[in-house]
Amino acid sequence: MDGKYRCTSMRTFDSISSDLSAGKTSCEQITQEYLRAVEGGKELNAFLAVFRESALEQAQTVDRRLTAGTAGPLAGTVVAIKDVICVRDEAVTCGSKILQDFRSLYDATVVSRLKQADAVIIGKTNMDEFAMGSSTENSAFGRVKLPLDQSRVPGGSSGGSAVAVAAGMATASLGSDTGGSIRQPAAFTGIVGLKPTYGRVSRYGLVAFASSFDTIGPFALTVKDAARVLHVIAGYDERDSTSAAVPVPEYAGSLDKEVRGVRVGIPREYFEEGLNEEIRAALERKIDLLRAGGVEVKEVSLPYTEYAIATYYILVTAEASSNLARYDGARYGYRARRTGDLLEMYTKSRSEGFGPEVKRRIMLGTYVLSAGYYDAYYRKGQKVRRLIQEDFIRVFQEVDCLVTPTSPTTAFKAGEKVDDPLQMYLSDIYTTSANLAGIPGISIPCGRDRQGLPIGLQILGKHFGEPMILRVADFLETAG
Amino acid sequence: MAMWDQRYEPVIGLEVHAQLLTQSKAFCSCSTKFGQDPNSNVCPVCLGMPGVLPVLNLSLVEFILRMGLATHCSVAPRSTFARKNYFYPDLPKGYQISQYEEPICHGGYVEVELEEGRWKRIGITRIHMEEDAGKSIHDLDVDTLVDVNRCGVPLIEIVSEPDIRSPREAYLYVHKIRQIVTYLGICDGNMEEGSLRCDANVSVRLKGETKFGTKTEVKNMNSFRFVEKALEYEINRQIDLLESGEQVVQETLLWDAGQGIVLPMRSKEEAHDYRYFPEPDLVPVVVTQEWTDRIKETLPEDPTERRNRFVAEYNIPKYDADILTSEKALADYFEAVIRGLKTKSEENCKLASNWTMGDVLRVINTEKIAVSDFPLPPAHLAEMLNLIIGGTISGKIAKDVFEDMLKTRESPKVIVEKKGLVQVSDIAAIETIVDEILAKNRQQVESYLSGKTQVLGFFVGETMKATKGRANPKIVNELLRKKLEGRKE
Repeated sequence: MDGKYRCTSMRTFDSISSDLSAGKTSCEQITQEYLRAVEGGKELNAFLAVFRESALEQAQTVDRRLTAGTAGPLAGTVVAIKDVICVRDEAVTCGSKILQDFRSLYDATVVSRLKQADAVIIGKTNMDEFAMGSSTENSAFGRVKLPLDQSRVPGGSSGGSAVAVAAGMATASLGSDTGGSIRQPAAFTGIVGLKPTYGRVSRYGLVAFASSFDTIGPFALTVKDAARVLHVIAGYDERDSTSAAVPVPEYAGSLDKEVRGVRVGIPREYFEEGLNEEIRAALERKIDLLRAGGVEVKEVSLPYTEYAIATYYILVTAEASSNLARYDGARYGYRARRTGDLLEMYTKSRSEGFGPEVKRRIMLGTYVLSAGYYDAYYRKGQKVRRLIQEDFIRVFQEVDCLVTPTSPTTAFKAGEKVDDPLQMYLSDIYTTSANLAGIPGISIPCGRDRQGLPIGLQILGKHFGEPMILRVADFLETAG
Repeated sequence: MAMWDQRYEPVIGLEVHAQLLTQSKAFCSCSTKFGQDPNSNVCPVCLGMPGVLPVLNLSLVEFILRMGLATHCSVAPRSTFARKNYFYPDLPKGYQISQYEEPICHGGYVEVELEEGRWKRIGITRIHMEEDAGKSIHDLDVDTLVDVNRCGVPLIEIVSEPDIRSPREAYLYVHKIRQIVTYLGICDGNMEEGSLRCDANVSVRLKGETKFGTKTEVKNMNSFRFVEKALEYEINRQIDLLESGEQVVQETLLWDAGQGIVLPMRSKEEAHDYRYFPEPDLVPVVVTQEWTDRIKETLPEDPTERRNRFVAEYNIPKYDADILTSEKALADYFEAVIRGLKTKSEENCKLASNWTMGDVLRVINTEKIAVSDFPLPPAHLAEMLNLIIGGTISGKIAKDVFEDMLKTRESPKVIVEKKGLVQVSDIAAIETIVDEILAKNRQQVESYLSGKTQVLGFFVGETMKATKGRANPKIVNELLRKKLEGRKE
């Protein structure tokens, strides 16, 4: 199975770039190759929309700019966009029936920045409905399949974007990460997935799931490619008040394979029971490589880790219940037919338009915000969130970054956890803390298990510490 | 005299919503202009499209700070927004961005004058920012239609302490709030059009009781009169209930102006749990001391202080000063007229007051226009008053000049010259006319000489007629008397 999706365009930006400058290929040709890969990988169900014409048109424009010497930094890169990010005049379904026929009126900031940098946008990728899920089984448009073993899930919620890159259908892709939705599918599909610091990348045009957790980040085959995309999409945006006016460093430029003297923490709580033994062993091998590279490795503790999942599900569902209120059938999106009064229109449209996981979270969130329960759930959740943030701030006084598993398991079978939401939620046990704290995290491949399924290694950094985690990730990518 | 059982005491707190006059909406750059085609002042943000984010309009903060500082509030150095969640078709996001646990202004007061010299301080609990919802239009055959233009128009909500003890006080309070917001130029203060809206929390208790009774909320009082009437009705209703041994039910009531009664809101509409929580899309509003200081410096004079100054500085009656300072634009107009006067004697200031309160306000009221739309520049009115004061025209002629100025927008000097309205004070000129009239009316001269001195009035009338009213009546009188008396010898 492996080889099937590694035939045509399994290429990094560096190889594309050198071929382009050597005149061996054109952006149009590269785009054609990716479009063929998309066509050939249809059964994976990774794409919800393919922009064949506009992508080729864009590619031709890029070729003219390459000739003229005016091309942007991502010329030659073909990017897939998770269908929760708006592209002007294109559908943005969020994997939901409720937005099935909805077209966006505008480009998300990340999309206009990609276009500005001369990346070609190839299409929109499948996902768990409204980014709620860890397996991309919760899409109204069918599940996404793991290229290596189609009976398995690619992780989620950005499963389509992960598969697009893993199966050579795009050079890079954008996903969104609210509790692990970039890092966990990156781990399951064996590629690089980067969740930036909250505020690093504008959320304008990202359909909100949980506004104080949501981040947009790249998937790529290499750390360097992820760094390049991040460089383009990062930075302050006047349309997003929560975006930070922190300067954007040249992320890819500082990757020098040198980690001597870096202090890496191994948080005890991330290696306790529940972690698959093969994953533990794979990580320990990588940690040894760090030591060999001159890294100072020490065990640290993040005592509030055990509350992360509970806190996460209280707070994200609260925000989601409000963020998803606008899908009521009144103005756009799905409206139930033949309804009597207003209340019936609302309830029927929402009952028919949303899938079960989304409804579950809306109900949970409505409950935790309700009069009489707010203090016990939402307010307490906010307090614990602060404690979790403080955990990290304290630990980052001792170490420069943390190395943990990305997920307690490798890719699981489709259908294995859909009926057990709690089991599904635990799939994010190592990733949600970063969103609670707003810190950056990256998942990189870390070998495979006995079944040949990829294992992910997560590196967490301090706020705006992307250069550090990229540096360590880049080292581990090639070491050993 | 209050119109309810005086053993009882009403306890009233008011929530006043003021629509702000910012150029653009609270969280996007759409225009706030009123009266545009439905759904034309909209963008993805105020339409609540998927993926959009609000960005705070800083003039909204400026405006609310002006209000907070003018009402002696404390300004929170850091305040936050919250979402107020409820479903309604004219609320595109399914929530309103408001402030809840951490409002920007709190703990202020205003003072109202209950009667001559008797002031009462009414506490302001808090003032916070929020965005308006759109408009649902139900009264059409087709269906309910939604106009989103008003969505996101900034509002401030001014919440009073339960310090108000009568509908009259409530009326004065709302009036005061209106005066302040219009003085600050942050709201047009129009209750009928809904730029100023008022809800009341009302309860009654026996005098001397310290605990509050069960309160009701009265909405839909969309004029100053209705505030008084609705509260009076509700107070009596509550007292009647208690007197007949029943209990007041905590509920929301709507004032029905047609019937002059309050009616309970349908329970479905009021059963809201708004599930407030901090708005994650906006960062806290941080107000520095420098910012508040700068705003303080630009605050206009307080209306009450201005009234007192008018009395002291221009020696006009308090009655005049009250009317002239009722609205900032009018007070500004009056002071501009005063500035144009050549001499600012008490008499001249009173003249300016009379004309402003009389003729200027009459036009404004009959034409139903705003003071700012009154067509005569204050400089022109001042120039006309200078002509009266200097004796160039009489007060009577001035009335015609005023009407002419309104019609032609020309300066009074031009009008007076064009129409030849200059008062004739040239003795030689008047003397010629007087001589002619005396020569023409020998019989009347004889009557005068024979002792019927009242004939003098006839001669004055004839002279004025001959000069088309322009002759200086004082000089005419003097000349005639002198000439006639001279013939007696």
